[in-house]
Amino acid sequence: MKEVAGYPESLTEKKFHYCPGCTHGIIHRIVAEVIDELGIREETIGVAPVGCSVLAYEYFNVDMHEASHGRAPAVATGIKRVHPDKFVFTYQGDGDLASIGTAEIVHAANRGELISTIFVNNAIYGMTGGQMAPTSLIDQKTTTSPFGRNAKEAGHPIKMSEMLTELTGSVYIARVSVHDPKHIKQAKKAIKKAFQIQLDGKGFAMVEVLSTCPTNWGMKPQDALEWLKDNMMEVYPLGELKTPEGVE
Amino acid sequence: MGEKVLMKGNEAIAEAAIRAGCRYFFGYPITPQSELPAYLARKFPEVGGVFLQAESEVAASNMIYGAAGAGARVLTSSSSPGISLKAEGISYIAGAELPAVIINIMRGGPGLGSIQPSQADYFQATKGMAHGDFRLFVLAPSSVQEAVDLTMLAFEIADKYRNPSLIVGDGIIGQMMEPVEFPEPIDPDKLPKKEWATDGAKGRKPNIINSLALEPEDLENHNLKLKAKYDKMREEEVRYEEIQTEDADTIIVAYGTTARIASSAIEQARKKGYKVGLIRPITLFPFPSEVISKAAEKADNFLAVEMSTGQMVEDVRLAVNGKKPVHFYGRTGGVVPSPEEIVKEIEKIGGER
Repeated sequence: MKEVAGYPESLTEKKFHYCPGCTHGIIHRIVAEVIDELGIREETIGVAPVGCSVLAYEYFNVDMHEASHGRAPAVATGIKRVHPDKFVFTYQGDGDLASIGTAEIVHAANRGELISTIFVNNAIYGMTGGQMAPTSLIDQKTTTSPFGRNAKEAGHPIKMSEMLTELTGSVYIARVSVHDPKHIKQAKKAIKKAFQIQLDGKGFAMVEVLSTCPTNWGMKPQDALEWLKDNMMEVYPLGELKTPEGVE
Repeated sequence: MGEKVLMKGNEAIAEAAIRAGCRYFFGYPITPQSELPAYLARKFPEVGGVFLQAESEVAASNMIYGAAGAGARVLTSSSSPGISLKAEGISYIAGAELPAVIINIMRGGPGLGSIQPSQADYFQATKGMAHGDFRLFVLAPSSVQEAVDLTMLAFEIADKYRNPSLIVGDGIIGQMMEPVEFPEPIDPDKLPKKEWATDGAKGRKPNIINSLALEPEDLENHNLKLKAKYDKMREEEVRYEEIQTEDADTIIVAYGTTARIASSAIEQARKKGYKVGLIRPITLFPFPSEVISKAAEKADNFLAVEMSTGQMVEDVRLAVNGKKPVHFYGRTGGVVPSPEEIVKEIEKIGGER
């Protein structure tokens, strides 16, 4: 009998600490499902970030390493170089990857490090209480941009996926969203492709996942999903930005 | 033991790391330790090692954090400003109880400082490497041969205590050529398996490498567990050398390069009739407090000599605990003291002979 639903083996039974309406839970689940489907749970080492998903090491039922802020790609590099035959992924937010950890992600990608990165972009610092992120949209109000992000003072939303696409070492870069079931399915497909690319030894792969933060955006969960769709997708267009030759 | 070869300190440390079964190096270029990574970049391919030049010292220290968590014997090397950047990773490595070896070929500071020999990072090495309540096992070689021997020891102790080891040298130890003998190489495949390492949870519960503990009681317990390790080091891992202390009125305390210069000064001073001896700390943490404390019952004076404005002298004072005067002589900023300068200090302390 074919299993069509169920609880992924690659998730522990620990209850998520995430706020109501936060999409981290969905992203954790699809990452875990992909690990299950690829049959690599016992070969996987995950690297958790600093940020809302700092406790990801309690949720993924695989070997986990908790990195310092922004350094997950460096930690993952160390692990992968010791265990080139294992599957290594990082799970990072936008403060972690797009601000403090820009050097680490750029150079891991540029080296073509055989790791896979899940980059969760919710355009704000969640865990520290809603500060402006480099990914925050123009005019977005946060605790550190109370009058809205002003490009003249704070620059423009940083497009990490587009930046990394330019590097020879990156082979698969995709941006997806999880604001409705159709997009969740597409997100899972992209994550599976990214993971398979590592298993095939092709190079660095990253999937940017647009995500919501109802608590710090100051919205109801349903409104947050709408806000993502109406505002974030215009600045951060979805799609496969870079795919290796011969991969469908 | 093999035959003696003439080698620079930096290269000898690199070769010793290979002999110790280390196959992973992550670093970033900085003077005056450059020969060390260059040696490994050349030699690691012969032994299946991984040499990676990171994008920064911050990244390098987090790469060793990852590799150490994955169960490898792993090395990084740098010099003072670079060690400041590596402090982040080193704090996490200590917090997560991982073994790793760090080399600091110290240069003058603060800031960009100079590239000349210095011992100005004593506080950083022994007390204030980074945030949090932790210690490193800190070794200070005073010859190229000792740099080799202590590199082997650094890996052994790091594994034994699951704690980072730090070797501090300076441009003289790193650049000087001396004859050395290397021990038989250790086969990394024959080292005991690290059951706690992240290598895929095959048929077991997941292993988690972590330094986060949100419950204060949990973190306090963790801090106390770390303290127990450091206390055990204080009991079992103190290393030092005593030279002519039996009849000494004045005892010099000096480590590394400065201890060599002090030895020459002692010979000169003895010819002039001064009874001078040397206590040379080999481990800076744990510090050889007990031998200094005992010596304070017999000797009349202590003289700490350092290439700094006075850092280790504080530990000497704590050990002497007011029993006898503790004097200090230091040159800093990359200036190396001469034996004659030290003899003058001995004459000041001992009076006319």
